[in-house]
Amino acid sequence: MPLIEDGRPAEDSWTSVPDGEPVPGDIPAIISFERWQAERDSFAGRNTKLGVRLKGGTLAPAIAEDLDRFALVAVEFPKFRDGRGFSTARELRERYGYEGEIRAVGHVLPDQYLFLKRTGFTSVEAPEGTNLESWVNALSEVSVVYQPGLGKDDPNPLINRWLKSEAVQG
Amino acid sequence: MTATAFRADPGIPGPGTFGSEPDDHAGIYRYDDLDRRFVAERVEQFSKQVTRRLAGELTEDEFKPLRLMNGLYLQLHAYMLRIAVPYGVLTTTQFRKLSEIGRKYDKGYGHFTTRQNLQFNWIKLEDTPAILGELAEVDMHALQTSGNCVRNVTTDQFVGASADEIVDGRVYAEILRQWTIAHPEFTYLPRKFKIAIMGSDSDRAAIRTHDVGVIAKRNEAGETGFTFYVGGGLGRSPFVGKLVREWVPEQDFAAYLEAILRVYNQYGRRDNIYKARIKILVHQLGIDKFKAEVEEEFARLPRPKFTLAPEIVEGIRARFASPGLERLPAESAEFERSKAENVEFARWSTVNLAAHKAPGYAIVSVSLKPAGGIPGDITSEQMDTLADLADRYSFGEIRVTHAQNLVLAHVRKDDLFDLWRQLDAIGLATANIGLIGDIIACPGLDYCALANARSIPLAQAISARFADPARQQAIGELGIKISGCINACGHHHVGHIGILGVDKRGEERYQITIGGDATLTTAIGDIIGPAVTEEAAVDAIDTMVEIYLANRTEGERFLDTIRRIGHGPFKESIYAAD
Ligand code: SF4
Repeated sequence: MPLIEDGRPAEDSWTSVPDGEPVPGDIPAIISFERWQAERDSFAGRNTKLGVRLKGGTLAPAIAEDLDRFALVAVEFPKFRDGRGFSTARELRERYGYEGEIRAVGHVLPDQYLFLKRTGFTSVEAPEGTNLESWVNALSEVSVVYQPGLGKDDPNPLINRWLKSEAVQG
Repeated sequence: MTATAFRADPGIPGPGTFGSEPDDHAGIYRYDDLDRRFVAERVEQFSKQVTRRLAGELTEDEFKPLRLMNGLYLQLHAYMLRIAVPYGVLTTTQFRKLSEIGRKYDKGYGHFTTRQNLQFNWIKLEDTPAILGELAEVDMHALQTSGNCVRNVTTDQFVGASADEIVDGRVYAEILRQWTIAHPEFTYLPRKFKIAIMGSDSDRAAIRTHDVGVIAKRNEAGETGFTFYVGGGLGRSPFVGKLVREWVPEQDFAAYLEAILRVYNQYGRRDNIYKARIKILVHQLGIDKFKAEVEEEFARLPRPKFTLAPEIVEGIRARFASPGLERLPAESAEFERSKAENVEFARWSTVNLAAHKAPGYAIVSVSLKPAGGIPGDITSEQMDTLADLADRYSFGEIRVTHAQNLVLAHVRKDDLFDLWRQLDAIGLATANIGLIGDIIACPGLDYCALANARSIPLAQAISARFADPARQQAIGELGIKISGCINACGHHHVGHIGILGVDKRGEERYQITIGGDATLTTAIGDIIGPAVTEEAAVDAIDTMVEIYLANRTEGERFLDTIRRIGHGPFKESIYAAD
C-alpha cells in the first residue's frame, strides 16, 4: 500500500508481519499489539527495529509502558469516521512523550491528512487505489490553523495573533 | 482600548469588508485577512471535494461527512443549507446578505433555528458553491453547522448588554469558536458536540441541556473563572448536565475543554449512533469516574501550550468594545408618555423589553412568532427593513435567540416608540416574548426526513388559538416546545408544556409533557397521557391553561403552579372526558 510521508509518496522500509508468520530478525518489522502481548518475551534479544500496530479500540495507555521497545506505532482507523486515532497519536506524543514514528493505517482520507499531521502522525499508509495527488495536495489546501497542534512545522496558531510579540501579519 | 489605538496596532488588522469604522457595529467580531483566507480556502477545498465526489473518487459514504461539515443537509424535499451565526450575532451587512440569498436561491425567506443559526430549506446542490462564495463576501460560512464536530457555540442573546451580566460571554464564545475551528483532533467525534456559555446568573442559554454548558463568573478577587456542566442533552434519552467542576480559572478555559473532549473522543461509544453522545458516556461511567478521567487528562496537558494567556483574552475582548453608548438619564419622559397613550405599545414594552446595563437604553426582542405564523421564519422584505431599523436604532447589530427570535440589543428608550411603530408596520411587533405564543418548533414533517409528525401546523394552530395579546399577557410566562420526533430538536422535554410528534399506525399524534424547565433548575417534563390528535392537543393546552389560571396564586407562573399542585389535576381534566 502506498506510503505517504511529509506530503509525498515515500519508500516503505517496514514490513508488516501477519500474526502467526515468523518475524524476520534482520529487517524492521511491524507486529500486532495482540502478538506483542502474547509473545513479548520472544522479542527480548531483538536488535532490529520493531513496530506495533494498534487496533482502533486500543488506546494509547495500553502501550504506554512498552513504548521504548518500539520505533514505530501504527494506529489503525477501522473507518475514517472513527476519530479515536487522532487522540491516540496525540496522547502518545503529549502524554507519553513518544518520539518514534506514528503511522496512520486503515481507512483514512486525504481530507484528514492535515489533521493526522497536526495530531502527531509522521506517515500514512494510504488505502489501496487512493489518488496520490489528493494526498499530495491535502496539506496545502488550508494554510490557516486556529489552535496549537503537533508536528515540527505546525504553523503558529491563529489564536496567538492577539499576542503582540507573536503577531502574525496577514 | 480605543478604536484608534486598535487600528494603529500593526499586529491587529483593521476592519475589512465593511468599509466602516469599528464603532459602527456594536460588539461584532471582525474578520481579519487570516480569517478570510481560512474561509476562502475552505470554500475552495469543498468545491474540490464536490469534484472528487462527482468523479467517483469519493464514495457517497465518504462524501457525506465532508458535505455535512460544510452545512449541507439532504432533507425530505431538497437540500438545506445551515449557515453559522457565531453566538447568534450578526451585522446588518450580513443580515442583508442573508436576505438576498433567501431571495435569490430560496423562496424569499429564511428560517432561524434553536442553535441561533439560519437555515435555507430549499437549496439546489449546484447553487451551493455560489452561495458559499456570497457568504464569504460578508465573512460568513456554513462550516461546522452539522457533522460530528464541535458545533457553533451558543450564548445568551443579551450578552454584552444585559443589566444582570457578570462576564461578557462573547469573549469566551469567540475564543471557543476559534479554538474549535477545524480542530485536528476533534473533527471526527463519536457524535455532534454542542457548547453553550452564559455570563450571568439567569440562564438564558439552557446551559444544562448541552454537551458542555459553561457559566462564566467572577470570584471574590475579581478573577474570571468557569463552572463546567457536562452531559446534558435531549433527544431520545434526555439528561440534565452534571457539574464536573465548579471553578476553572480563565487561563485553563481551553485546556479544560480539551481534556473533556479528549476523554469523550477516546471513550465515547461509536457502536450505536443513539448512544454516542457524551451524555451516555457520562451516564455509563458515572460522573465521578468521568470527572476523574477529565482531571487526569487536564493535569497532564502540556503547559503553556494550552494556557490562555491574559493578553490573548484581552486582545479578543478589545474586539467587543462597547458601542458608542450615550450618557442618558435612566428614565425617558417620551417613552413613558407613549406608553400612557398607546396600550398596544405599553403591552409590547412590558413583554418584549429587557433591562440594559446602560441608563436610558433597553434591549428589544423582536418576536418571529406572529399568531398563526411559522416560528422562526422571516421574509427577505422583513429582513431588509429590520436591517435598516437596526442601523438606525441599534448600532447595526442584530442577534438571533435560541428561542428563534431576534434582538436589537442597544436601543435608546427615547427611540422605542418610533421603532415599535416601524416594526408593527412590517408585522414584527408581536408582543409575546416568553408567553404562550412564543412557541419553539422544529421543522418537523414539513421538511425533515426523520419526522413522525408535523410541528409547524400545530404551532400555528396553538398561536392562533391564543392570538389575543391581552390574554397571552394575562397567562404570563409559559413556554411551549414542539418536536416532530424523539430527536427533540424542538427541545420538547424542557418545555413548560412539551409536545412530541409520534406516529400511531400512520397517523400523526402528539404526546404532551408538562413541567419541563430549560434554565439552571433544569427539569425534564412528565408525560401526561396517551398521544392525541392535533386538534385535541390544542384543546388540551387550552384546558391546562384554564386549570392553571383557576389555581394560581398571586405572581405564580405556570411552572410554579404545576410544581405546587402537581401534575394530577392537569392529567385528570384532559383525560377524564374519554
Ligand atoms: S425533532 Fe425530529 S422531526 Fe424535528 S427536526 Fe429534529 S429530527 Fe426532524
